[in-house]
Amino acid sequence: RPRVASDPVAFSHLGSGSNPFQHLEKSAVLQEARIFNETPINPRRCLHILTKIIYLLNQGEHFGTTEATEAFFAMTRLFQSNDQTLRRMCYLTIKEMANISEDVIIVTSSSSYVFPMLSPQTTMLQAIERYMKQAIVDKVPSVSSSALVSSLHMVKMSYDVVKRWVNEAQEAASSDNVMVQYHALGLLYHLRKNDRLAVTKMLNKFTKSGLKSPFAYCMLIRIASKLLDETEGGHDSPLFDFIESCLRNKNEMVVYEAASAIVHMPNCTARELAPAVSVLQLFCSSPKAALRYAAVRTLNKVAMKHPSAVTACNLDLENLITDSNRSIATLAITTLLKTGSESSVDRLMKQISSFVSEISDEFKVVVVQAISALCQKYPRKHSVMMNFLSNMLRDDVNESVCLWLGGFDYKRAIVDCIISIIEENPESKETGLAHLCEFTRTATRPFAQVRKKGTAQNFKSAVSALAKFGAQNDDLLPSVLVLMQRCMMDSDDEVRDRATFYMNVLQQKQKALNAAYIFNGLSVSIPGLEKSLHQYTLEPLEKPFDMKTVPLATTPISEQKTDIAPVATSKLPERLAPSRQDIYQEQLAAVPEFHGLGPLFKSSEPVQLTEAETEYVVRCIKHTFARHMVFQFDCTNTLNDQLLQKVLVQMEPSESYEVIHYIPAATLPYSQPGSSYTLVRLPDDDPTAVSCTFSCTMKYLVKDCDPNTGEPDDDGYDDEYVLEDLEVTVADHIQKVLKPNFAAAWEEVGDEFEKEETFALASVRTLDEAVGNIISFLGMQPCERSDKVPENKNSHVLFLAGVFRGGHDVLVRARLALADGVTMQVTVRSGEETVVDVILASVG
Amino acid sequence: MYTLRQEPSLYTVKAVLILDNDGDRLYAKYYDDTYPTVKEQKAFEKNIFNKTHRTDSEIALLEGLTVVYKSNIDLFFYVIGSSHENELMLMAVLNCLFDSLSQMLRKNVERRALLENMEGLFLAVDEIVDGGVILESDPQQVVHRVALRGDDVPLTEQTVTQVLQSAKEQIKWSLLR
Repeated sequence: RPRVASDPVAFSHLGSGSNPFQHLEKSAVLQEARIFNETPINPRRCLHILTKIIYLLNQGEHFGTTEATEAFFAMTRLFQSNDQTLRRMCYLTIKEMANISEDVIIVTSSSSYVFPMLSPQTTMLQAIERYMKQAIVDKVPSVSSSALVSSLHMVKMSYDVVKRWVNEAQEAASSDNVMVQYHALGLLYHLRKNDRLAVTKMLNKFTKSGLKSPFAYCMLIRIASKLLDETEGGHDSPLFDFIESCLRNKNEMVVYEAASAIVHMPNCTARELAPAVSVLQLFCSSPKAALRYAAVRTLNKVAMKHPSAVTACNLDLENLITDSNRSIATLAITTLLKTGSESSVDRLMKQISSFVSEISDEFKVVVVQAISALCQKYPRKHSVMMNFLSNMLRDDVNESVCLWLGGFDYKRAIVDCIISIIEENPESKETGLAHLCEFTRTATRPFAQVRKKGTAQNFKSAVSALAKFGAQNDDLLPSVLVLMQRCMMDSDDEVRDRATFYMNVLQQKQKALNAAYIFNGLSVSIPGLEKSLHQYTLEPLEKPFDMKTVPLATTPISEQKTDIAPVATSKLPERLAPSRQDIYQEQLAAVPEFHGLGPLFKSSEPVQLTEAETEYVVRCIKHTFARHMVFQFDCTNTLNDQLLQKVLVQMEPSESYEVIHYIPAATLPYSQPGSSYTLVRLPDDDPTAVSCTFSCTMKYLVKDCDPNTGEPDDDGYDDEYVLEDLEVTVADHIQKVLKPNFAAAWEEVGDEFEKEETFALASVRTLDEAVGNIISFLGMQPCERSDKVPENKNSHVLFLAGVFRGGHDVLVRARLALADGVTMQVTVRSGEETVVDVILASVG
Repeated sequence: MYTLRQEPSLYTVKAVLILDNDGDRLYAKYYDDTYPTVKEQKAFEKNIFNKTHRTDSEIALLEGLTVVYKSNIDLFFYVIGSSHENELMLMAVLNCLFDSLSQMLRKNVERRALLENMEGLFLAVDEIVDGGVILESDPQQVVHRVALRGDDVPLTEQTVTQVLQSAKEQIKWSLLR
C-alpha cells in the first residue's frame, strides 16, 4: 500500500531518495559512451552507461541520427564481451534506438540466446532465413519463443518470406512448453488466416491434441469464434462444442475467455447462454477484483439482449453494489436496473447517486444509457430519473472547468435522455424543460471556455431542441422565446443565427411553418441550393425564389429517435462532399443538348442491361428532369480484338414517350468504359402515364483490331447488339424525403386533393411482404419507423413521404389488414391533383 | 453492445508503465501508437495516475482502455490493453512483472531499489512482453533469464563473428544513407 508522506520511514526514503537518473544530460551520457571503444571493455561501466541511455530514451529524450550513429558503432564492439548481461543490454539499447534509423538488422546467437530481428528489409531477411528456421525449432524454449515472435513481427514486412517457415512453426507447436505452443499457434494463424480451410484444419488438430497452454487456449477460442461468425455456423458445430468445453477448463483465464466468446455470439439462445452465465455468476464472488469486474461487465452485456438470462445472478449482483471498486459497483447496478423489477428502481437509483461523482466519465455514460432504457421500460418512474439526471448535471457544473470540458460528451447523453423522457411522458415536460433551462442558463458561465475547445456544437443542439419544445407546446412558448432571445446575443455566429431563425419562425405561431422549418427541416441538396440561389441572384425574376426548383438531397437522413440536431442548419456547405447526384448534375450540364432541361430531379441506381460475361457490358442510369428523362448508358467493350465507334443505344418506347436525341459515345476501345446518352421527352397528354418499357438495341460501328497493339483496321462495318428491356416506373419520378414528423407534414399538405382507394393484394401472404413491396414499388421514404411491422399483428399503417417530379410533396398513408390475403387502403395527399392520380393509378 | 469480433491476435498488450508516488514516469513502454507522442503519453499517465492512486481497486476502464494496476510502497505498476482484451491476461502480465521484480529486488519493490537496478527492470520487461506479445508469464523463468551473472559462455563461433561483421557493415551502410 502506498505510504503517506507523514510516515517518517517513508519520508526518510523520499528525503534522500533522489533519482540517480534525474539530472542526466544526453550529451554528457553520449560523451561517456566513448569508453565503449576502449580495450579491454569494462563491463560494469559500460552497463551503467547503457542503462542511462535507455532511461533517457524511455523518458522521451530525442536522439538525432548522427548522435545515434556514433553510439551504434561503439556498441557493436560490446557484443564481443564475455559478459552476457552486457551483450543483452547492448542488444536492448540498439533495439530502443532502432526507431531512429530504419533498416537496421542485427542477429547474433550465443549458445543460449537468439536476439530477434530489428526492422529488416526483405533482402536482408533472406540472408538470415537459415538462422531463423533453426531458431524456431530450437529445443531451448526461450530461443524458440523469441524466434517465433520475431517472425510474427516480420510478417508485416514480408509475408512471403515468413510463410516459408510454416513447417518449422508447425514443429514448434508440438513443443511441451506452454509459451512456445502459444507463439507457434499465433504465428501459424497469422500466416494462414486468409485460408479458411487451413484454419479449420489447424483448429481441429489443436483442439483434439490437448494443448496445455492457457494462452494458446484463449487464442483457439478466439479463432473458433471468428470461424463460427464467418461461416454463420449453427451452434451445433464442433467449434461451439469446443468453446463450451473450455468453460470447464481449470484455468480461470480460459473459462472467462470461453464465457465471453459465447456471450458475444449473435443469435445465442437462452439455453446456450446458460452455462456461460453460471460461470460468470461464480466469478462475481471471486476475491480477485479483475475477475469480478470482467464477470459483471460481461453480464451487463448479456442483460442488454437477454435480461431474463441474468435474473438468476441478481443476488450476486446485489452483493457487488457495495464493491470498493466503483466500476464494478456501477456495472452491477446498471445490470440490475435492466433485470430487476420496477420496485427496485428507487433503491438502486439512490445507491448509485451516492457515488456517481466518483466514477469515470465512461461509466457515467453507461449509467445515463441504462437510465434511458429504464425510462422506456418504466415510464412511471420518470420523476425519479429526471431528478437523478439533473443532479448529475448540477453536480458537475460546480466542479472545475477542466472536468467540465472533459465531461461534455456525457452531458450530451443526459440532455438527450431528458428530452426522450419528455417525449415519452407529456406530464413530465414541465419539470424536464425546467431542468434543461437551468442547464442552458448555468452552461453560459463556463461556456466561453467550452467554446474555445470547440464543443459548442452541443449547445447549438440544445438551442434547436428548445425550439422544438416551443413549437410543440403553446404554454411553454413564452419561456422558450425568452431563452431564445438570450441566445440571440451569444458571441457565437451560428448560435445567434439559429436563435434568430427559430425566434422568427416561432413568433409567427403558424403550425405549417413550424412543421416545415423546425420539425422536418430542409431536405434539399445544399450544393444544389447554393447553385440555385446564386442563379436567382444573377437573373432576378418577378416571382419569389421557388424552393421547388432546387434538387433534393439524395441521401435520405436516417431516422434517430433521440437525434436533436435539426436538418436545416446541421451541415455547412464547405463540409459537405458532393453527392452522387451533384456529380451527375455537373456531368450532364456539360452536354450542350441538355442545357434547357432545368435542374436534375433524380438519378436512379444503375440497371444492368446485359448478363454477366457478355461481349459488351451495358448498364443504364435514368436521370429524371422536369419534363424529360436522360438515359445514360455506360458501355464497356470486353473484346480486345474490336474497337467500337459512334456507339448509341436505340430505344423503342411502349407508351407515348418520345425519343428526341441520341448522343453517342465516340469510341469504345477494349476495356475502357464510355457513356452514351438518349434524351427522351415525357408524355404531355397523359400525365398519369409514368411507366413505360423501352426495348433497347445498341448500335455501333465496329472495326477489327490487332489484340496486341490495339491498332484498328481502316474500315469497319455497322452492327447492333440487343440489350434487355429497360423499365421506367413511378419510382423514377419520385424522390425519397424523410419527414420526421409525418403528422405535421400530413396537416401541412392538407386534404384539398386527397383521394383514397382500397386494393386487394394478390399473391402477397404477409404484412411484411406487402410493406416491402409498396416501399420498393413507389420508391418513397417510410416515416415514423413504419417500415417495421411488429410481430404477430394483423394490421399495420405505413407512412410514406416523397417529392414528385416538379417539386410536389406527396404523402401516402396505407392501412394494411391481414385476413385471407392482404387488403390495403391507400390515402394519398399532395399539393397537385395529378400527382395523387398518378400514385393511385400506379398502385392499381 | 455486441462488439465486432476482434481479430484473433498475439498482440494483446498496449503498454507497460511504472510511475512513482508523484505520478512521474519511471518506466514506460508503449507497444502501439495509441498515444503516438511523448506529450500524449505523459498526459495519459497523469490521467490514469489521478484516477487510480487513491484506490487499490486493481482494474479500471479509462480513456476507453482497460487498465490493470498494482502499487507497492511508492511504486505504481500498470498494464494497459484494449477494452476488448481478456482482463485476466493483462493481470497475468502485471503479476509476472511484479513477482519477477520482487525476486530480483529481494522483496524491496520500491523506488530506490528499482532505480538502483534499472537494467534488471529493462531486461525483465523485455522477457515478459515483446512488441505487445506476451512472451512469458512465469516469474521464475523471467528471473532465470535475467539473472545478473558475470562471465558466461564466450562467443567463439566463427559464424557469429562473421554475422557480426556483416551486421556492422549493414548498419554503417544504412546510417550513412
